[in-house]
Amino acid sequence: MTLKTWRELPIGCVVSEPGSASEYHTGSWRSQRPIWNDTKCIKCGICYVFCPEGCVQQTEEGFFKANMDYCKGCGICAHECWPRAIKMVEEG
Amino acid sequence: MMNIVENFDLFAPRLINKQELISSGHRACSGCAEVLAVRLMCKALGENTVIASATGCMEIISSMFPTTAWQVPWIHVAFENAAAVASGVEAGLKALRKKGKIDDRYVKVVGMAGDGGTMDIGFQALSGAMERGHDMIYVCFDNEAYMNTGIQRSSGTPMGASTTTAPAGKVSIGQKTWKKNMPEIMVAHGIPYVATACPSYPLDFIRKVEKAKSIQGPSYIHCFSMCPTGWRSPSHTAVSMGRLAVETGVFPLYEVENGHYRLSPDMPKKLKPVKSYFKPQGRFRHLTPDQIEMIQEKVTVEFGKLVEKAKFLKTGNE
Repeated sequence: MTLKTWRELPIGCVVSEPGSASEYHTGSWRSQRPIWNDTKCIKCGICYVFCPEGCVQQTEEGFFKANMDYCKGCGICAHECWPRAIKMVEEG
Repeated sequence: MMNIVENFDLFAPRLINKQELISSGHRACSGCAEVLAVRLMCKALGENTVIASATGCMEIISSMFPTTAWQVPWIHVAFENAAAVASGVEAGLKALRKKGKIDDRYVKVVGMAGDGGTMDIGFQALSGAMERGHDMIYVCFDNEAYMNTGIQRSSGTPMGASTTTAPAGKVSIGQKTWKKNMPEIMVAHGIPYVATACPSYPLDFIRKVEKAKSIQGPSYIHCFSMCPTGWRSPSHTAVSMGRLAVETGVFPLYEVENGHYRLSPDMPKKLKPVKSYFKPQGRFRHLTPDQIEMIQEKVTVEFGKLVEKAKFLKTGNE
């Protein structure tokens, strides 16, 4: 993303491209990452519903996976997953 | 645990609109339940929506220039006039539609703000917009302080909470006043629909937003949005904290349709003690048992009043 100079800015600083915030990858904020254990997963989708980033997606087999470009590692999915299929692991 | 198993099919993701209208890459704190609430609200509203947002957390995290996280038309306005701008947009759309300058599809106008932007600064604009009867939804995302600027107290801060401008110490218990009962003030405006909601109960929340969307006229939704940063609690507890707030009666879920009260089916028959809600939060850490007892009494009385109202002013469809 290149920054515009003041001459190039649109009037009123209108942003015309919807959803362009996804150019910025918040995954670098993460200190823990969620790991799914698909043998325990019951495909209920609670991790998908409660993800504040909206980065948990259902795969073709019906299991869930987080997009690590955006996952901030908050741990809500692991805390809410009642079959305990998600584990938070230290990053690095 | 059994409770969740029974409701298991309710949480099936296929029941929820898959489209994300607030994109990933927004800059909300890790574990923010307010942005989760916004995400669920957008899912319920769908594409044909215009949102006017007051200054606050949801504005700064979603619109870092030159990018935006929104996939719907969205306008940022000053702290005090989200409701005024939303009502203006609604009137403008109506005029353009009458003149045939835009197509006929129905567009819902939504005003949103935090608790400060609703209960303190934006109050008169909101009151005016509701009184004029614009066809709009106003959603208040209540995280109980000015979290965006560094946890200053607002009139939404509950009694006993420690904030940076109402710090707890030797002589003070933190916030010394009771939380303003904003949904009741909105009920007093006599508008068609008022509801309280919490993202910890996603299907209940989505249903309420959908209902507000279907109503031609002003509606108000008060959404309880947990803030791990300001409430001094770990980020993974945000959703469970909202559930505790509902289960203890600190934030009861109900809806008021044309003056008829109804408690949400998620409300438990017997409330948990508020102590269990206060314990995981750092902002209530300093409270003594006496002070907790005082707050418990108020919560019990307020909840009792609500139950009585729900009994006395029943909705027709029950």
